[in-house]
Amino acid sequence: MKLFKKKNYIRINPPEAVSVPMEETPSIPDGLWVKCKHCDKTIYTKEINEYKICPNCGYHFRLTAKERIALICDEGSFEEWDTDMKAKNPMQYPDYDKIIQKAQQKTELNDAVVTGCCKIGGYDTVLAVMDSHFMMASMGSVVGEKITRAIERGTKKKLPVIIFTASGGARMQEGIISLMQMAKTSSALQRHAGAGLLYVSVMTDPTTGGVSASFASLGDIILSEPGATIGFAGRRVIEGTINEKLPDEFQTAEFQLEHGFLDKIVPRTELKNTLIQILKLHCQKEACENG
Amino acid sequence: MDNKAMEIVKKSRMVSRPTTLEFIEQIFTDFIELHGDRHFADDKAMVGGIAMLENQPVTVIGVQKGHTIEENVKRSFGSPNPEGYRKQLRLMKQAEKFHRPVILFVNTSGAYCGVGAEERGQGEAIARNLIEMAGLKVPIISIFIGEGGSGGALALALADKVWMLDNGMYAVLSPEGFASILWRSPERSADAAELMKLTAPDLLKNGVIEEMIPEAKEGLAENLEYTTAILKEMLVSQLQQLQALSTEQLLEQRYQRFRKYGEFTE
Repeated sequence: MKLFKKKNYIRINPPEAVSVPMEETPSIPDGLWVKCKHCDKTIYTKEINEYKICPNCGYHFRLTAKERIALICDEGSFEEWDTDMKAKNPMQYPDYDKIIQKAQQKTELNDAVVTGCCKIGGYDTVLAVMDSHFMMASMGSVVGEKITRAIERGTKKKLPVIIFTASGGARMQEGIISLMQMAKTSSALQRHAGAGLLYVSVMTDPTTGGVSASFASLGDIILSEPGATIGFAGRRVIEGTINEKLPDEFQTAEFQLEHGFLDKIVPRTELKNTLIQILKLHCQKEACENG
Repeated sequence: MDNKAMEIVKKSRMVSRPTTLEFIEQIFTDFIELHGDRHFADDKAMVGGIAMLENQPVTVIGVQKGHTIEENVKRSFGSPNPEGYRKQLRLMKQAEKFHRPVILFVNTSGAYCGVGAEERGQGEAIARNLIEMAGLKVPIISIFIGEGGSGGALALALADKVWMLDNGMYAVLSPEGFASILWRSPERSADAAELMKLTAPDLLKNGVIEEMIPEAKEGLAENLEYTTAILKEMLVSQLQQLQALSTEQLLEQRYQRFRKYGEFTE
């Protein structure tokens, strides 16, 4: 019966199942070919232009703050604020400085948000763009402070504020101080709103946790991109609680639109024009005669 | 082996720990409970209504846990759904209309995690409370009587004064969650509790709370009157001070209270 004897293969230890951190998955590597996370198709990078949308299925790849600013602002109009602000270590979390340094080297950013003012279609606007490549754009002191200052400057200069949100939630390594950023940013928005000024929140992939429970959800108008993940509690936490698998569309932009928490889903290619239209509709004549 | 911080976390969660309704009963008179958010349902994890604090009407609201499994199931173990936060908001706006101060009791491990909570906008409900509380024209005092976890606790704590009982806690998430997310080892929750500076003395030092409220040596449940008598006196005198301020002063102080949080270099 030797014929049927099971062959003894050499067994090479299989790699342990490592869960890839969310921030690693969807960015486009510098290669000629890239695999779309959504449709699994291999795409020739030349086919993806500055919009970074999969030509096969329309998946919107995550953008860096720099790429977003280039897409949205009128050319050369972006003036960055608080460029040197960096995190400290309020909770003395072990190796927090090293974690931050690594993220800084990877992204060439100081922290997870870029703020400033710019023109969009000629309209002066305060702009904040979160960058999920930096520690999943978790909100600690720097993110909270830069966004608060941006909103405060918007209030002072009587300018609209546009925030592109993306975040895994609070920066846990900063402990309770990160939670306080939710209160701080929301308070600044209360004053901006009290001055009768426009705030547009654009939720990009992913907008979750403490950011979804503060400034992201407080826009006069809330837009999103197709397919973005938006929700408060983590999908896996909920699946663990109810002990069943949730459908793919749970906590997507489409799900939020259906449940009444978004004004509009706008494809990336049309986003700038939509923002210009909204700014135009809120522009008081004397304040911006020439747009 | 538990350290001091983890011991406090466990005390803050004890099923026997007095709940919001017991505090209300001992501190206030003429309490009338008001129900519902007027949009969807009445969340039993959040209770609230109007009551007298000595001679003045106040609005009292708090997260309600139970002492038994049955009651805790009814109260979602003290984790409010969006309709709970919206009931809180409705009662706070009602308080503003009638110039009543708002007193909030916080005791939650966090907002409820579930499909329905997401469908009804848990994030939006918390965010809305934050922005509305930032502008609410009456004094707000929040008291952490037990657990305080994450955005679900903060939604009741954007206040002029935030106080905490000796064995209360307040953190960005549970020490178990912290250990499992950051270290992938939930068994290190005691280390996490220590690191997170979530106890009342630590929070007092960091300026997250203004006052610590003592618990009797024999235990909070064993002698609740000891704590509520002190708390009542503190509330009366604190409200007097807050009510002496103009609305502008009150809101400016509240703004600055939260504006200061953040550690960074530039």
